[in-house]
Amino acid sequence: MDGLIGMEHFLILAAILFTIGVFGIFLNRKNVIVLLMSIELMLLAVNINFVTFSSYLNDLAGQVFAMFILTVAAAEAAIGLAILVAFFRNKGSIDIEDISDLKG
Amino acid sequence: MIVQAFAFYLFAGILILSALMVVSARNPVHSVLFLILAFFNASGLFVMLGAEFLAMILIIVYVGAVAVLFLFVVMMLDVDFASLRKGCMRYVPLGIILGGVLLFELVTLYTYWRTAPGVKFATPTAVNDLTNTEALGMILYTDYVFAFQMAGLILLVAMIGAIVLTLRSRPNVRKQNMLDQHKRQASDVLEIKRVTPRTGV
Repeated sequence: MDGLIGMEHFLILAAILFTIGVFGIFLNRKNVIVLLMSIELMLLAVNINFVTFSSYLNDLAGQVFAMFILTVAAAEAAIGLAILVAFFRNKGSIDIEDISDLKG
Repeated sequence: MIVQAFAFYLFAGILILSALMVVSARNPVHSVLFLILAFFNASGLFVMLGAEFLAMILIIVYVGAVAVLFLFVVMMLDVDFASLRKGCMRYVPLGIILGGVLLFELVTLYTYWRTAPGVKFATPTAVNDLTNTEALGMILYTDYVFAFQMAGLILLVAMIGAIVLTLRSRPNVRKQNMLDQHKRQASDVLEIKRVTPRTGV
């Protein structure tokens, strides 16, 4: 990776993306589907960070770990959506406030 | 050089705009579609960084599997999304404050980030004809083989978990059961009666 585009550009891009993910959790705190998508955005930001450091510091380990994050993100999305579908069958809604009925 | 800068700002700009649309779109289907756009642009950035294999994996795994899974669930569940958005603007100021603080801290950190003096950086490998995929494979199956197997195990657990969570047996749905069909004997279901003529059963 050469010259013009500095490492900071990619890092700040990842920071902005992570912040948008955090903001999305506040904005859509009732809608679990968009909440999960915000989490995906945050994981993507972390991946961009990993790949940036890996590329600029000439160490492939970062890319290997980005791949593992990808794996875990896919598993998390599958389980989260499965829980969501099971919950929707029982309650008929996906509101976070209804989910708190599950405790106890 | 100028092309590189142009490509970076193009990908980064569309990535941030589509990420904003993901969190702010009224219709969740649009959110998923913007998520797909964001992943495509992120994979463009990965190509710029020289991580071609991860870029392709990002498209295959995220766009091909995760985003389509989201799309399925959004379309399958009959949810009144308008009611879910009611009152969500209440949390916008808090979100902006918290996000702003987080962004400020991260940008400060990244701008003033320096390596410790005397740290030796890894040098690029002398063998330049090794592609990114080959290089990744060479360390993935040797140094990280245990973590790689664990990743496979995590995927297996996720698959079984998702099936267990969503599988349900509905009592009033008739399904074909091979075992029952094969075990069925004529003597179980047929009965031969001798009927004398003109008497009835």
